[in-house]
Amino acid sequence: MDRRFILLSGFVLAVLLIFSARLFYLQIIDEDLKLSAENNVIRRIKDYAPRGHIYDRENRLVVGNQSAYDLMVVPSQIRDLDTAAFCQVFNIEKEELKRKLTRATTYSRLKPSVVIKQMMRSEYVEVQEHIIFFPGFYFQRRLLREYLYEGAPNIAGFIGEVSETFIRNNPGYSRGDFYGVAGIEKSYEQTLRGKDGVRRIVVDVHNREKGRFQEGMYDTLPQPGEHLTTTIDIELQRYAELLMTNKRGGVVAIEPSTGELLIVASSPTYDPSLLVGRHRNQNYFQLFSDSIEKPLFDRALLAEYPPGSPFKIVNALIGLQEGAISPNSHYACGGGFRHGRLFVRCKCGTAAPIPLKTGIYKSCNNYFCQTYKKIVDSYPTAQEGLERWSNYVRSFGMGEFFNNDLPTGRRGNVPDSTYYNRIYNDHRWKAVSTISNGIGQGELLSTPLQLANIAAIVANRGFYYTPHIVSHIGGEPITDPHFTQRKKTMVDSIHFEHVIAGMFEVFQQGTARLAKVEGIDMCGKTGTAENPHGQDHSIFMAFAPKDNPKIAIAVFVENGYWGSRWAAPIASLIMEKFLTGEVQREALEKRMLEGSLEDEYREQAIRLAERRAKKNE
Amino acid sequence: MSNRGGFHIDWPIVVMYFALLLIGWMNIYSATFSEAYTGYFDMNQNHGRQLVFIMGAVVLISVILILDIRLYTLLPWPIFALSILSLVAVLLFGQKISGARSWFTIGSLAIQPGEFAKVAAALALAKYMGTIDFQWKKLRQRFIALGIIALPALVILPQPDLGSAIVFSAFIFVFHREGMSSIWIFLGVTLGVLFVFSLLFNTHILSAILALPFLFLMYRYRKGRWAQWLGVLILVVGFVQSVDFTFNNLLEDRHRNRINIMLGLEHDPQGVGYNIHQAQIAIGSGGLFGKGYLQGTQTKFNFVPEQHTDFIFCTIGEEWGFVGSVLVLVLFASFIVRLLFMAERQKVAMYRIYGYSVASILFFHFTINIAMAMGLFPVVGIPLPFISYGGSSLWAFTILLFIFIKMDAHRKDIW
Repeated sequence: MDRRFILLSGFVLAVLLIFSARLFYLQIIDEDLKLSAENNVIRRIKDYAPRGHIYDRENRLVVGNQSAYDLMVVPSQIRDLDTAAFCQVFNIEKEELKRKLTRATTYSRLKPSVVIKQMMRSEYVEVQEHIIFFPGFYFQRRLLREYLYEGAPNIAGFIGEVSETFIRNNPGYSRGDFYGVAGIEKSYEQTLRGKDGVRRIVVDVHNREKGRFQEGMYDTLPQPGEHLTTTIDIELQRYAELLMTNKRGGVVAIEPSTGELLIVASSPTYDPSLLVGRHRNQNYFQLFSDSIEKPLFDRALLAEYPPGSPFKIVNALIGLQEGAISPNSHYACGGGFRHGRLFVRCKCGTAAPIPLKTGIYKSCNNYFCQTYKKIVDSYPTAQEGLERWSNYVRSFGMGEFFNNDLPTGRRGNVPDSTYYNRIYNDHRWKAVSTISNGIGQGELLSTPLQLANIAAIVANRGFYYTPHIVSHIGGEPITDPHFTQRKKTMVDSIHFEHVIAGMFEVFQQGTARLAKVEGIDMCGKTGTAENPHGQDHSIFMAFAPKDNPKIAIAVFVENGYWGSRWAAPIASLIMEKFLTGEVQREALEKRMLEGSLEDEYREQAIRLAERRAKKNE
Repeated sequence: MSNRGGFHIDWPIVVMYFALLLIGWMNIYSATFSEAYTGYFDMNQNHGRQLVFIMGAVVLISVILILDIRLYTLLPWPIFALSILSLVAVLLFGQKISGARSWFTIGSLAIQPGEFAKVAAALALAKYMGTIDFQWKKLRQRFIALGIIALPALVILPQPDLGSAIVFSAFIFVFHREGMSSIWIFLGVTLGVLFVFSLLFNTHILSAILALPFLFLMYRYRKGRWAQWLGVLILVVGFVQSVDFTFNNLLEDRHRNRINIMLGLEHDPQGVGYNIHQAQIAIGSGGLFGKGYLQGTQTKFNFVPEQHTDFIFCTIGEEWGFVGSVLVLVLFASFIVRLLFMAERQKVAMYRIYGYSVASILFFHFTINIAMAMGLFPVVGIPLPFISYGGSSLWAFTILLFIFIKMDAHRKDIW
């Protein structure tokens, strides 16, 4: 053998060895390449889990699911598109179609893009048979929310598509997912959402579907979200919303024995179906930009009003507990409360000294200014007295968040000594400096929810359950001790009967006698709250029946003149309907349903605009 | 035919040849396989056409074996002239396919004269160097021999087809067998390694490191041949320093990109590096035993461009795994070694030289093609003989091989 033959053979052998080593590295050692190969061909497609249903306390379906259809396009598959016919069938402007197609092509010629979002079933059935005439277009099914009632949008809230920022902050989400934006949808997002399934499909180099990966061996089925049973009585809620038509404000009703919310109504309201389907964005923008009516603003949970006269009940209870007054303490009202140059007017119309009960049902300002002054002045300094007083008020659930299962809420405001020390920086303030607190005015602020909770406390004679909106998750009752354990106020229950006697008289001979219902022992307290925006707010707080109460309610009607004009009748109608199932007083009901404060709001808006204009001059 | 020494076909090489054809066709079928399956003889499919090419090859083999052996010793020069003419003609009248003017199209058939030029050059070179008075030491003869190789390479280059032109450097092994000093092969390898190193590392540091042994040798021979080592040192350092310039100024962008990708200096899996990246993914995903025949996902869904031609080895790697690929490599290497062995047993110089040419060309194709698929060599488009799809290359390699088999069959003839 020639040694040169050996040399070339050696080369062949060397190449063989090098190649084998390289193959060993590529095929046995390097795991990344196998992963890349998988990424090349396997696409993970989400099988969206249907969100859980939302029921009311009577198991009526409030929010369910419905199919909607996205019209998709794959630009590379379009053949001889008849634009005119397309626009006619799908009811879309030619310009818009052109824009959508350009955008789709820019994104990808081979991947699908959305042309028309969320066509509802009714639209879909009309056009689906035409789709075969337009190659490149197809429908993709999505699950959307279906609302079975035209109102109560603030309870369930709504869902929306996740944004890029949301995905960054919430790793469990990806593009195209929905999430709860507001209401129960938001606070119970994890429960309602369920778990999306994953389908693995095999695609070729052009991203065309080529079948299921390993016959679906690794696919997971979607787990539907759990159903929620709310504490809301949806019929009652709708009734409250109807009564509040053309009036602004909030209505909250609670079952005192459980803390379950029966009504959380905000007015003006809107149909939640507006936020579903093809025109969602347009509708949302309209609701969002209505800066006068603010329909997206949940007044029942977020509006902070001065509680006004109903707060006198709290002051009476604190006075009784502190021994500052007794049920027999008499004060004579001379048309108001006087202290030096300070004067708080009163329209109770009594001259002789009156006891606590009369003070309540006549809503005497003087009586409760005196009570408040006595509570605060029984301590060495006004600071100490006020601190004590504000602790009492806080134990009624005011000035603090409830931290309940509603996604939003407000603290309201209970002023304490620090607050006044800041305002009066010489610290030389006295009980009379803060006398408005005696009648629920001034710095005090309360949401309708908080006032309804006070009504529940009185109904319970001294305690409350944190108001909450969900009673069962997936059929199982909630067990969170935050909702199932009673919270006591700092006032002993023996004192409550005295104020309840007064609240009972409110319907018999007091400020709400016109809202009285035969056969139901209602207890309530009207309120007329001065406010910086304009006409006084109409407020009412009540519970019924007097013994073993079933419902506690608070009604705020913005700029409703006085308590007995709007709030008291509305509250009594709601309670009547809840307790008897129907309303006998048709005339009153009709007056409330048709009554409108729109003129008042318009004038107020004009006044506001004028004032702003003047300021700008 | 006088049959003075009998007719002895070397069956092992013929069996290996058909084994390679079968492996090739199976993988072409897999690479073009789709659910819209039509049949083995579908002329719209690559595997269908390849089957026809194989049948054509069988006809060619018969013709080559039947023709008188003396024809191959008489006709090299006319064939060579014809080949050069066809190469010039293709430059002028050829069909431009994917950027290169390398094809004549006759009806639906495309013929690549560049593939056949290897046969012509091998025959001509064997004829020339096989003459009694040829001596490598004679400068004039050496240059004529080099010229026979350089001429077709230079005519192919402007098509442009760098890959096919490079293949002609395979003849260096033939020259080496016939008397060229081993220094040149050593030099070629060294320069290649230096070229790669110069691109990978800082040229100044590399120069310094390379200088050390030479400085030692110069010290050692300070009373003798130190000047010789100094000369080598200057050449080496000069080469290293000039690589940058050559690379950045003389090469075209696409070549530069391919080299950079191969060396891992540039990472661009979506752009110019897509091909080589996907090829490695396909091979790497095969694992030890592969995904099974027709089961390769990367193959089936066309992730590797040119998979049925230049990147056919990816299909083998993915579907047959490490075990199958190594077996194919061993088969191919055995095939080449067998050819070398056959060349060595020739008594006629022309036959030996021709045999060496065949083995060298196949070896070169084999090495570059597979190195390219595995990311060891920049992407140059040359086929894997007998396995890649393509009529011209299959027929050209078949002619190349069977002329030698014919010669080998007559090795016992007495002249």
